[in-house]
Amino acid sequence: MNEMTMDRAYRPARLARAQQNVLGAPVPRIEGPAKVSGTATYAYEGAEAGTAYAAIVGAPVGSGRVTAIDTAAAEALPGVIAVIHGDPRMVTGGSNSQGIAHSGTDRVFHYGQPVAIVVAEDQAIARDAAALVVVHAAPGADRFDRNAQPVERDHDLGFLPAIDIGDLDVALAAAPVVVDRSYTTPVHFPAALEPHASTVSWADGKLLVRTSNQVIGGARGTIAKALGLAKEDVRVLAPYVGGGFGGKTGVGPEVILAAIAAEKVGRPVKIALPRAQTAYLVHHRSATTQRVRIGATEDGRITAFAHEGVAAQNDDASFLEPIPFGSLPLYAGEARRFRTDLVRVDLPATGAVRAPGEAIGTFAVECAMDELAERLGLDPVELRRRNEPEVDPVNGKRFSTRRLLDCYDEGARRFGWADRRKGREGDWLIGHGMAAALRGNFTVMAEARVTLGADGRATVETDMTDIGTGTYTILAQTAGEMLGLAVADVAVRIGDSDLPASAGSGGSFGAGSACSAVVLACEDIIAALALRMNASPEELTLHDGCVVAGGRSVALADLLHGEPIVATGKTGPGTETQATSQASHGAHFVEVAVNAITGEVRVRRMLGVFDVGRVLNAKTAANQLIGGMVWGLSYALGEEAVVDTRNGHFINPDFGEYHVAVHADVPRIEVHFIEEIDDSANPVGAKGVGELGISGAGAAVANAIHDACGVRVRDFPVTLDKLLAGLPPL
Amino acid sequence: MHFTINGQSYQAEPDIRTSLLDLCREHLGLTGSKKGCDHGQCGACTMLVNGRRINSCLSLAVMHQDDEIVTIEGLGTPEDLHPLQSAFVRHDGYQCGYCTPGQICSAVGMLDEVRKGWPSHVTGDLDAPRFNDDEISERMSGNICRCAAYPNIVDAIREVAEADGTVDIALRQTVEAGA
Repeated sequence: MNEMTMDRAYRPARLARAQQNVLGAPVPRIEGPAKVSGTATYAYEGAEAGTAYAAIVGAPVGSGRVTAIDTAAAEALPGVIAVIHGDPRMVTGGSNSQGIAHSGTDRVFHYGQPVAIVVAEDQAIARDAAALVVVHAAPGADRFDRNAQPVERDHDLGFLPAIDIGDLDVALAAAPVVVDRSYTTPVHFPAALEPHASTVSWADGKLLVRTSNQVIGGARGTIAKALGLAKEDVRVLAPYVGGGFGGKTGVGPEVILAAIAAEKVGRPVKIALPRAQTAYLVHHRSATTQRVRIGATEDGRITAFAHEGVAAQNDDASFLEPIPFGSLPLYAGEARRFRTDLVRVDLPATGAVRAPGEAIGTFAVECAMDELAERLGLDPVELRRRNEPEVDPVNGKRFSTRRLLDCYDEGARRFGWADRRKGREGDWLIGHGMAAALRGNFTVMAEARVTLGADGRATVETDMTDIGTGTYTILAQTAGEMLGLAVADVAVRIGDSDLPASAGSGGSFGAGSACSAVVLACEDIIAALALRMNASPEELTLHDGCVVAGGRSVALADLLHGEPIVATGKTGPGTETQATSQASHGAHFVEVAVNAITGEVRVRRMLGVFDVGRVLNAKTAANQLIGGMVWGLSYALGEEAVVDTRNGHFINPDFGEYHVAVHADVPRIEVHFIEEIDDSANPVGAKGVGELGISGAGAAVANAIHDACGVRVRDFPVTLDKLLAGLPPL
Repeated sequence: MHFTINGQSYQAEPDIRTSLLDLCREHLGLTGSKKGCDHGQCGACTMLVNGRRINSCLSLAVMHQDDEIVTIEGLGTPEDLHPLQSAFVRHDGYQCGYCTPGQICSAVGMLDEVRKGWPSHVTGDLDAPRFNDDEISERMSGNICRCAAYPNIVDAIREVAEADGTVDIALRQTVEAGA
């Protein structure tokens, strides 16, 4: 095992020399042909014959207690195998990294909470029967309106403590210019296109789970704990995951319920949540209220910066949206205050959705910066330039790499920011906006095994997932670069919890962590090859399946003499991680058109320049950023889950009424990189990509709308009803 | 009942509640078509029935006796991809892959609609419809990609349309007009 924690900046010699030149290249996804031909099998597919179908019965009330469950009508339906309730292992909700839901309770934490499970011979029968189960309940507090609940300032939820540096009140009072604004954001669904789904089976007391999950190593432990099993008796498979966006970081209740059902009926069971049920059984991003106060000098130097917010959670979960997470190191300013307060509600759990904190926190902060620039008569880019910190302004740590100024410059140049002209084209008012992007970088413990086979081809194995992020391909590229192999000569096995434990896909830490483990494993293989060549590892050239040293070139297969080399690498955070402030950065530039009559908004151009450390695959990394930018557009203009405060229902729990961006909403999008390998982040030098694109993107859209029509909307989403009254006279 | 799917003959006796999508996915082992919403809101289940694209989750299996049904499996295989399938790979017109079979089936049906001169919401001149990126985006808007690889999907479809003589002329006109 080649194990290395990040106790110093490190760049592997092999990657510094780049002999194969495959890492970073825009290689098409290696699993692409399977995906486009429909042969990639997701969690609900490929079940063995005799698999029964399950459906979840939800609580008919949003709080209180379940008093009785009448299953007679459901059980009488032909094709129903069992109706199960009252099992003490049944969970009330999903788990996430912060905790596991309650089990064995009759308490209702939210509408639709699982209270029974129906097993039937057919999917339609299971659904029909679930609707026939009658659940009786006693009423509860019905805290459905978050705005009517008391705000708790003292709580122990979330990972981000309140931060107070300097005397904010004094600094604000002394500042010649102060912007003090409040912003609100709505409930945000992850809404992965593949609904949560699982196929489970038991054999000899061991549980096999095929599931749609982002972090299967963690899932294995959670499932084992929930069912009272040893971790070794649970195997989790997730070879293909139809999107996650944070919603599949934990274990959904359907996994535990299906396992109980499969045990009860003695057959494999599969379950997929109907779309509307995903609104209740998958966590969402909390609605938030945020207050941003920025004090500045007349020439635009920030002296006071406060970002305070309120997020919601129910009594069953312990996550709290870290609203100011992306704001902490973004701008200079001596006096600083950051905090997230809590309101308790009887609604489905809130949890980590793509870029928790940054996605919505940047909406408030980057719109407030735009308002400050306007007050100062400064260009928004120039205001940001004047407040670029030298070191992390919260803790004084040095930045590992920070190319934010270059992102501004390069973005402004490519976009034509200096030459932008707002104005009118027919009925359309044209405007432009920009915003900064920042997403904290994490390095997480990860392990991978690489086998250089006797045929000279390599296999990478780790329990990573590919949720659309490109994991399959970048792992192959990393091993290919290290060992001098074409991507086609590297096989990748992931999505199986029996494989070496990785970080999983979440928090944008998957790629950097997992690829670094591959790098370290390959270093051991290279050392073994060097011995056989009577050379030092540094003297080897590895290229296209051949090893060259001392004027001798040998094909890998010949050097191995029929004996494969197996090596394991493991990487994780260390003292260098602690000593540095690490984040990915970027700058967004947007052009919008606002209809002068209807207030309809069309985004016409989006351009982003990003600093993500080493780019592992230019094609898949750019696609991740495009996806994030569209998410910004989408939540800026349309996404909003509406709570019926009378009963705790979501009024719009499906794609018909919860509006995500579709083709027609999305313009041409340009993505560019400022590539500086981050040797402090991890051995492969990559920082997070998947969540960076959404950070700031919505603010850039809102700022462009203000530029176009003069209306400043501080309540997302910016729907046309909020613009109409303020539009300029026709 | 008798069904013709991807040129093959299938016998099945689906429950009258069974959608065409569930017939394929749950009874015939054709799991390439995906279920994202079961409400005709996402397009992941798009199939071609007698040459036209439909949301197969909104259509009951029992309505399709003797129809010619084509699913993603009928367009190409990993070893022998349809031009649209290989264009999606080349342009990275996906991320998680779950909407992809629906996007590709929808694009096949959409390009045929263009060839027939059918207008869309964004078509300006009905007598001389022009094909361009706005038309692709408008006509593909029934297919949600939550990963939002939309620009790459449009690139893939445009490339195939350009290589296809029947769509080519109108497309070139538009490109010149916009240049």
